[in-house]
Amino acid sequence: MKITFKLYATLQGHLPANAVNNAVEVDIEPQATLHQVIDSFRVPRKDAHLVLVNGTYFGFDDRDDAGVLKEGDVLAVWPPVAGG
Amino acid sequence: MAWTRQLLRVNLTDGTCIAEPVNMEWARQYLGQRGLATRYIVDEVDPKCDALSPENKMIMATGPLTGTMASTGGRYSVITKSPLTGAIACSNSGGFFGAEMKSAGWDMVIFEGKAASPVYLSIENEKAELRPADDLWGKSCWETDEILHNKHQDPQLRIAVVGRSAEQGCLYSSVINDLHRAAGRSGVGTVMASKNLKAVTIRGTRGVTNIEDPAKFMETVNAGKKVLAENAVTGEGLPALGTQVLMNVINEVGAMPTRNMRESQFEGAHKISGEAMLEPRKSDGKPNLTRNGGCFACTIACGRISTIDREHFSVKEKPQYWGNSGGLEYEAAWALGSDTGIDDLDALTYVNFICNEDGMDPISFGATVAAAMELFEEGVINTSHTDGVELKFGNAQALCWAVEQSAIGTGFGADLNLGSRKLCQKYGRPELSMTVKGQEFPAYDPRGIQGMGLTYATSNRGACHLRSYTVSSEILGVPEKTDPLATEGKAGLVKAFQDATAAVDSAGLCVFTTFAWTLDDIAPQIDAACEGDWSPERLVEVGERIWQLERDFNLKAGISGAEDTLPDRLLKDAAKSGPAKGMVAGLDKMLPEYYELRGWTADGQITAETRSKFGLPG
Repeated sequence: MKITFKLYATLQGHLPANAVNNAVEVDIEPQATLHQVIDSFRVPRKDAHLVLVNGTYFGFDDRDDAGVLKEGDVLAVWPPVAGG
Repeated sequence: MAWTRQLLRVNLTDGTCIAEPVNMEWARQYLGQRGLATRYIVDEVDPKCDALSPENKMIMATGPLTGTMASTGGRYSVITKSPLTGAIACSNSGGFFGAEMKSAGWDMVIFEGKAASPVYLSIENEKAELRPADDLWGKSCWETDEILHNKHQDPQLRIAVVGRSAEQGCLYSSVINDLHRAAGRSGVGTVMASKNLKAVTIRGTRGVTNIEDPAKFMETVNAGKKVLAENAVTGEGLPALGTQVLMNVINEVGAMPTRNMRESQFEGAHKISGEAMLEPRKSDGKPNLTRNGGCFACTIACGRISTIDREHFSVKEKPQYWGNSGGLEYEAAWALGSDTGIDDLDALTYVNFICNEDGMDPISFGATVAAAMELFEEGVINTSHTDGVELKFGNAQALCWAVEQSAIGTGFGADLNLGSRKLCQKYGRPELSMTVKGQEFPAYDPRGIQGMGLTYATSNRGACHLRSYTVSSEILGVPEKTDPLATEGKAGLVKAFQDATAAVDSAGLCVFTTFAWTLDDIAPQIDAACEGDWSPERLVEVGERIWQLERDFNLKAGISGAEDTLPDRLLKDAAKSGPAKGMVAGLDKMLPEYYELRGWTADGQITAETRSKFGLPG
């Protein structure tokens, strides 16, 4: 199953060289959890502060649930960031 | 103490500069800067006066921690009645000017009346005098800064100045200090220019010597700096990417106001983001961002110092813009970029430079251009108004043309300088103005971040993100995550942010510290610096008193609760994409509870009981 994975800010160095605009298409197991996808890019879980699936936030405790992701979803991850 | 207990009263009509003691009873109630200066404005200015008449006054004010070693303790504010909104205005700036004012021995400078011809105020410690500025009138902020530095032969002179846009009556002109820091919003620079006051130069060599408990102050300041350094946002994220780190975040959550807020996601966001500013350019291999920059005493240093590609159309024949200067912050990048549908990073950087050079608030300017673009696309205005320019969404050349027109108030620039509300009224389409109380929105669509809808509707200076930045909680999870699409609990959240921010704005500190600090970190620093006991609870009380005082001024100015609302586009037109797809701003679900929490009537008036509780003046 293919999804789009995005990493931003100080985490963007974890992206592979073929990433474009901070995004890369990845093939995942249908029941993969958010943490499993994030782990596969060697992003420390404590640094994955803001985790969004199609723009909706998933808290730390919800990132081990299977079946959250579906074909074509966008999983985007940030470290703690702020501005204004 | 930390206050100098001295203020300078400058009567521009009479040409006098007179020292007087600060009302310390008011300082105990309102702390300093935003709060204390508002108390003086309330005492001395008729809320119904014409903001651009000599009857209005303008105060440059520091907080008790301005000029000290406290991290970010370099802030000052400009407080006056706004010509853009008719409401109280308080615009906060960093750089080095505020600390220099404090170091010269002044808590604040009150300007009253109007000079017969252009002048500037020169302050060297206790010596203050008005000097002719006829030769400076008609000059940009940057030219004026250079001329004054040469005239005084003092590279350490700190200067605040207004540009040509303010001289021409642009209703959203800023006061620019240190070349590219701005007391940006609500047209405070327009008020300054209306008084024929071109600039203020300050040299202060006294330092802040009257700290109440110096040893304890050092201890608390160091503890605070440690918290900032160890926090991922203030210690790492903001220095690396600045506020522009938000561009992709806010777009992803579907709260990026786009094309005059018709949409809430921008397809070109990644091209104008903080990450894009780090990408090497094809032409010269250099990124847009040269380095970060810090204001006085700041240990965060979120500022952006940038260059424009020399081959870019905006600067190709203009070598004066090839060097480093103040780069894009998120608010400028949004207003100049997604709100106009333009994804050309160099063009936005050029327009930002011009906003600094001639003192326009880039939020209001960008949002006004966006409104003009919608008027153009609707056929309400055409090329006969715009000197042949196709003022369409996405046209970067048109945006660069517009900023040059606006900077000197010529041609269609005079229309743009009215701001979005008056521009749309002039052309008979007031519903296309994305404003509250006449001030343009900042960078968060309230359909996707519900708390920001209440924030904008109730902000005492019109639409503003810095009066209660609930984005911090609703999107970024600081201090704790709340659901951005929920309206429940947001009235209390907004009130808590409003009160705490009013206290921080009155202390001399930057609100960005609050991404890491709570009032438990701030109160000990104020308590060690100032006489009296300053607890977090007292700061909240002071913050709420300031909020009530500002509200009282606005009510007396004739701005009623009926204006605590949002444009129909946000209340009736559902978001078209993102998590908020199908939703509108649920203001009606939050406002009544907010009024109740504030101690106001159902129509937004302050009750007698609330007046008494906070000791509001008659």
